[in-house]
Amino acid sequence: MTDTAPLIDIRNLVKHFGSVIALSGVSLTVNRGEVMCLLGDNGAGKSTLIKTLAGVHRPTSGEFLVEGRHVSFTSPRDALDAGIATVYQDLAMIPLMSVTRNFFMGREPTRGIWPFRHIDFDRCNEVTREEMHRIGIDVRDPNQAVGTLSGGERQCVAIARAVYFGAKVLILDEPTSALGVAQTSMVLKYIHQVRQKGLGVIFITHNVRHAYAVGDRFTVLNRGKTLGTYKKSDIQIDELQNLMAGGKELQAVSEELGGMV
Amino acid sequence: MTDVSHPTAPVAPVPPGPTARPAQDERLKDVSLLTRIMRRPELGALAGLVLVTIFFLSTADASMFTLAGLMNILSPASQLGILAIAAALLMIGGEFDLSIGSMVAFAGLIFGSFLTLTGWPLLLAIAATFVVAALLGGLNGQIVIRTKLPSFIVTLAFLFILRGLSLVGLKWATGGSTQMRGIGDKAGEGFVRELFSGNALEGLFAWLAAHDVVGKFPNGTPMVTGVPVSILWFILFAAVATWILLRTRAGNWIFAAGGDPNAARNSGVPVDRVKTALFMLTACAAALVAILTVLDAGSTDSRRGFQKEFEAIIAAVIGGCLLTGGYGSAIGAFFGAIIFGMVSIGLTYTRFDSDWFQVFLGAMLLLAVLFNNFIRRKVTGER
Repeated sequence: MTDTAPLIDIRNLVKHFGSVIALSGVSLTVNRGEVMCLLGDNGAGKSTLIKTLAGVHRPTSGEFLVEGRHVSFTSPRDALDAGIATVYQDLAMIPLMSVTRNFFMGREPTRGIWPFRHIDFDRCNEVTREEMHRIGIDVRDPNQAVGTLSGGERQCVAIARAVYFGAKVLILDEPTSALGVAQTSMVLKYIHQVRQKGLGVIFITHNVRHAYAVGDRFTVLNRGKTLGTYKKSDIQIDELQNLMAGGKELQAVSEELGGMV
Repeated sequence: MTDVSHPTAPVAPVPPGPTARPAQDERLKDVSLLTRIMRRPELGALAGLVLVTIFFLSTADASMFTLAGLMNILSPASQLGILAIAAALLMIGGEFDLSIGSMVAFAGLIFGSFLTLTGWPLLLAIAATFVVAALLGGLNGQIVIRTKLPSFIVTLAFLFILRGLSLVGLKWATGGSTQMRGIGDKAGEGFVRELFSGNALEGLFAWLAAHDVVGKFPNGTPMVTGVPVSILWFILFAAVATWILLRTRAGNWIFAAGGDPNAARNSGVPVDRVKTALFMLTACAAALVAILTVLDAGSTDSRRGFQKEFEAIIAAVIGGCLLTGGYGSAIGAFFGAIIFGMVSIGLTYTRFDSDWFQVFLGAMLLLAVLFNNFIRRKVTGER
């Protein structure tokens, strides 16, 4: 295993849906302990790209390397096994189920022999409480429904779950788009924590401010292509904003509104 | 609990510092008993059962609450209950099966045919009936999954297809009749027969009667000779289903599949497999009811299980299942079915016209749905 190889390295990734070209040559790398922000307006191909990384779609052509090895995922399960965990916009959390049941969904630890094999709920509850405590969410009772948590807390639970189950790369699909200010800062803080653990994070957003707060590098997508990748030290927040919106138009609107966009 | 979470805890007591974590048990106490009870989906059904019991205790003839009366109530309740528990599991998994009533008739025909036409031994006929039912249930499930049509429509189609096939098949098998007789004689006697028909625990009841615990006739035979086997199947099924739902992986997957299939799939839950298995289970539950009732009656007819699909779904809803899936309980359906049995039989012990039953049915369903929605909002803090 080569420790220096990037966690994720995609080169010239192309994805067609019938006659629609969703991705026409996207290149991107993600390293350990790095937050890579993927920026782009609606229809830029962000969703297609992350779904390809997460094993939902198969690329039409291009190279996809995980830790230096070529991979070809056929299902989300494959991606998970390779250490790529995706926290989707719709959270992958089920509001009616308890925090514990959600946390271990699909990967429940069991004990006993069949037909008496059952979920080890004592351990599950303990781990859940432990992990929630670690990220600063006070879950009084891990049996309470996820629906009782706030949006930010839910997002953090989803991230904590991915980290607990050994993800090396976290793909976060617009984790802050539906959140208020306090909750956004809670999630951003947690993303920073995850980075310090040495995980690679792909942070998808169209809020440049959020991206600039935690990002190390920024890749801008437009019409299925990478416009470029920039280090934080190389680009200012305004430039990034303009790049993402495709330049001039936004500038004009911004001036019209007194520079408030 | 605390010992496990603090494996390195020193023997000497540690002075409580500002960094010490609050004890876990202390935090758990914050959940009031009331909240924990409210969180149980079967609460409504249990409350309903208490209300209905009080109603009949005050209006019905005292004989309703004798041992014989209870067996009278539980017998139909158990047949419905087996269907209701399966329907509840399927509903929690996010799907409906409107074809279970017709499946009872069809499985009855299949079972009867295996015994009378091909002359198979009872055990083989029972096994084959379950296999056919499971295949049909699997077909239902696959159609729902592959076409992504609502299961309501797909199984509504099968409600008519299977009922029609039962009619046509019965006429074909019997040469024009819609009733197939003589199944009981072909079934023979023996251990397998006793598992699926008649009374169980007869020894126990004889012993109880001998010791004057239960009523007996002057000649010494107990008034209630045993528990109908269907009641035991009902209780066993309820217990197993509850355990599966609350304690196993499969149970967690059922909740997940019904709660949000996309989220479940993203988390690695094999949603399609779970749903197919649930459809097979409901079909097999219908087959079990068919076998139990056909062996008891000794014959089968095309109207067997008529409208049972609705009653089963109502019992499941009374038992706390949400129509949208992802929430509910098997033990709730158990209570729901007993409420059903109690009212349908109980009205004959009162001076009320027993046709009030239907009115009750609808009212109870409406109340249960309103109550469940209210509770769910309370418990999950839906905003």
